[in-house]
Amino acid sequence: MTLTSFPFLLFAAVTVLLYYLVPKRGQWIVLLTASVLFYAAAGGWYLPFILVTVLTTFFLARIIERRAKADEDYITTHKADMDKDARKAYKAAGKKKRFRILTAGLILNFGILAVLKYTGFTLSIVNDILGLFTASTLTVPSLILPLGISFYTFRSTGYLIDVYRGKAKAATNLGKYALFISFFPAVMQGPICRYNDLADQFDTPHRAEWDNLSAGLLRVLWGFFKKLVVADTLMGAVKTIVGTPEDFGGMYVLLLIILYSAVIYGDFTGGIDITIGLSRMLGLRLTENFNRPFSSRSTAEYWNRWHITMGSWFTDYVFYPLSICSSMQKLTKWSRAHLGKAVGMRFPVYLATLVTWFLTGLWHGASWNFIVWGVLNGVIILISRECEPLYKRFRERFPRLTSSAFYGGFMCVRTFFLMGAVRILDCYRDVPVTFKAFASMFYDFSHWGDLLDGSVMDKLGITLPVWILVGLATLLIFFVSRSGKDTPVADRLSNRPVLWTLAALGLAVTVMIFGSYGIGFDAGDFIYGQY
Amino acid sequence: MENTIIKTPKKTLWLRALCIVIALAILAAIPAVLTPILMPKYLTVSKEGSLTEEYYSAVAETNHDVLFVGDCEIFESFVPAILWEEYGISAYLRGGAQQLVWHSYYLLEDALRYETPKAVVFNVYALKYGEPQKEAYNRMALDGMEWSSVKAEAIRASMTEEEDFLTYLFPFFRYHSRWSELTTEDFTYAWKDKPAVSDSGYLMQTGVVPADTQADYTPEQLIDYTLPATAMAYLDRMRALCAEKGIELILVKAPTNFWRYHWYDEWDAQITDYAAEHGLAYYNLIPKAYEMGLDMATDTYDGGAHLNVYGAEKLTRYFGEILAKDHAIPDRRGESDIASVWQRRVEAYYDRKTAMESRE
Amino acid sequence: MNELIQILTDLHDDVDFTTETGLIENGILNSLDIVSIITEVSDRFDVTIPAEEIMPENFDSAEALWALICRLDED
Repeated sequence: MTLTSFPFLLFAAVTVLLYYLVPKRGQWIVLLTASVLFYAAAGGWYLPFILVTVLTTFFLARIIERRAKADEDYITTHKADMDKDARKAYKAAGKKKRFRILTAGLILNFGILAVLKYTGFTLSIVNDILGLFTASTLTVPSLILPLGISFYTFRSTGYLIDVYRGKAKAATNLGKYALFISFFPAVMQGPICRYNDLADQFDTPHRAEWDNLSAGLLRVLWGFFKKLVVADTLMGAVKTIVGTPEDFGGMYVLLLIILYSAVIYGDFTGGIDITIGLSRMLGLRLTENFNRPFSSRSTAEYWNRWHITMGSWFTDYVFYPLSICSSMQKLTKWSRAHLGKAVGMRFPVYLATLVTWFLTGLWHGASWNFIVWGVLNGVIILISRECEPLYKRFRERFPRLTSSAFYGGFMCVRTFFLMGAVRILDCYRDVPVTFKAFASMFYDFSHWGDLLDGSVMDKLGITLPVWILVGLATLLIFFVSRSGKDTPVADRLSNRPVLWTLAALGLAVTVMIFGSYGIGFDAGDFIYGQY
Repeated sequence: MENTIIKTPKKTLWLRALCIVIALAILAAIPAVLTPILMPKYLTVSKEGSLTEEYYSAVAETNHDVLFVGDCEIFESFVPAILWEEYGISAYLRGGAQQLVWHSYYLLEDALRYETPKAVVFNVYALKYGEPQKEAYNRMALDGMEWSSVKAEAIRASMTEEEDFLTYLFPFFRYHSRWSELTTEDFTYAWKDKPAVSDSGYLMQTGVVPADTQADYTPEQLIDYTLPATAMAYLDRMRALCAEKGIELILVKAPTNFWRYHWYDEWDAQITDYAAEHGLAYYNLIPKAYEMGLDMATDTYDGGAHLNVYGAEKLTRYFGEILAKDHAIPDRRGESDIASVWQRRVEAYYDRKTAMESRE
Repeated sequence: MNELIQILTDLHDDVDFTTETGLIENGILNSLDIVSIITEVSDRFDVTIPAEEIMPENFDSAEALWALICRLDED
């Protein structure tokens, strides 16, 4: 069941209805039941995996919390008998033990993720290396990949670390915790909510309120609009370009950067709009995952605005611990002493940044494409950090120019194309093909004529009316996103019933007519095949 | 907690309710208004898509003694106007593009809701298919059917895996994407009756593309020559249905045998056995092509796969005699009611023929 | 405290760290800056700031950061 399918619409509608019909104390049970059904519908074999994650993190978190409490109690009762150093030593010993429990939980859960997601990739690398020496290769097993495993593993391990750090209280109700991990609107593609942000909301009774229902529904429709009218409509053209890169070089790669940016924006932010909107209809507030990402002026800013919950997960649970752990600090001291202050200062930050981005790439997918994509992002962020003094001098030199709207727009466009260019690693077959395609933009000018004589439309299979439709839709998204800077448009409209109705109706009708869903009418299908 | 909730004024509640009701009404009206525009009209491209629906106005005019069902070897081969002219036989073709056995079965069952013919002629070529082939052909065969439990069953029996029953109930959800390719034809005939593309189910072709008689072809070897059980089961059902209504079921294989659509001897033997076992007449017309005077240099419009109007007329004359003599299909030229209907149909047939020939 | 201000000013000389109270909220310090600060603090004050203490409340102003350093030193 994808979020834009008809069965999902029906499923969501029934869930919302039941949710407000049952006694308030049972609301979370409705959601848990719906989540289990949703998950089971995706594949019955997926259930044991998510169950293992739920059970291990739930109980390990409880053990960690209980031990921490016992240690604290011990110190309080024996305060008189212990001096400061003894207390510190006792605390450290306790923490070490808890750290072992945490480590066990992390190894188990990341282990499951690693085995299921990366075995094939690892074996193919091993085979490549073996191939240099022998003819024999290892068989690559086909393993199942449970729905949303990358997302729920992050949610659950994040929770476990938060409990260990004393930032979150361990869950006491296994059912509610299972709901936090498997909450069906968010299980497939996030946002990666933090336990503290979401769990309490399952305890609160929720009344059916107009504000939530209307703003939520409008947001769901908006998500459908972005995904079905923009993303899915352009997807075919993207597939055509990357499918035969030898036919579509030069201008088409530039076009791909723009088209794929629109596709991924519509698809991902639209999907999250549906998730957050549906949750809102249930009276639940999920963490926002996007904040007008294409208005970013730099790569670093972009990553604070795009896929925010994933970025912050990596920052909190990978980047910080890695960059300030004791061995890194030792390394810093050593490099400072031997390589000078400038290098020494940069060392931990740079190393941690690259490792974090390597892992971010790996998390996105088990292939070299994603690894290169991740590391490139890290490298770009570090380069622009090094260039910062240069930019600063430029700003001081030309204050009027650099504070103008034009310059701001230029920075946004520059970031858009930079990120878009890196992002095409997502779609091409492999890394060399991607780089070749990228390079062709600078030497292959043979396709620019296709724009002038209009043959670009035939070649990409998108007719003029569809280009116009997508263009108008993009403009609408642009203006709505601009005007929603302070208060989301959906919230403002829910206070104005007539406007709200017009907006909801307009979106619904637009999606119904212009959305790419169902079996498309392909005239080719109907060309008389004699039989 | 309770007392902090600000009560919404009654007026706002009413306004919201009103807005929602109106919005839902408009939302429901949209498909109703747009579907007639968005549905393919099948008037210039894929005309076969119009065949299913044209039957209903014909049967409202007069009943038929013979119904032909099957794939394109029906609607490109038999000419009801000639059957009337030569033998006084009132016949109609319910054939369609790649009309599979279950399509034919249900279109027959559907027709029997309106009339009970004396004989049903089924072209056996489609028995080679045991699975739904292509969504587009399902739509062409089924969209034109009038709604009844028969149509619902036909849809369920025909759907490919990617299809959804809902899209037959609300074709809007199937054809909405045609918004970008609508032509004036779609608007002209959205709420207006379309001109008939066929003459009593016969889809005329006046072009001539001779078959290359020199090209001796070897048909592709098959792994298994058994006709699919699913297809044969529908033949059983068709036989039972006809028996129940006292209709004679006649099996026929059109006289064309083309390299891409080869009729294997192994298949023919199975049909011959089946016909013998159940006491049905079966005419394999391939060996009779010479006898009926078919000349594939002039009588085909596509190099030998299908007959053009000249070939079809020859075949119809030949087969009409069989129907009249061996199956006692009555000559109704003396009955004035039905004769006046057919007079108009025959005229329309020749008008179309003249018009199409002048365009060739 | 003055030493801390000095560390911060070395990173961003265009910010008045004695008055600014939205270092994180206003996006003045990013994650890379924070790691640099923690490294410096560890070097100069012999205090290790653990990852769980990295939250906006502790880094939004020089004062808050100083309070954190003092608290960690106590423990």
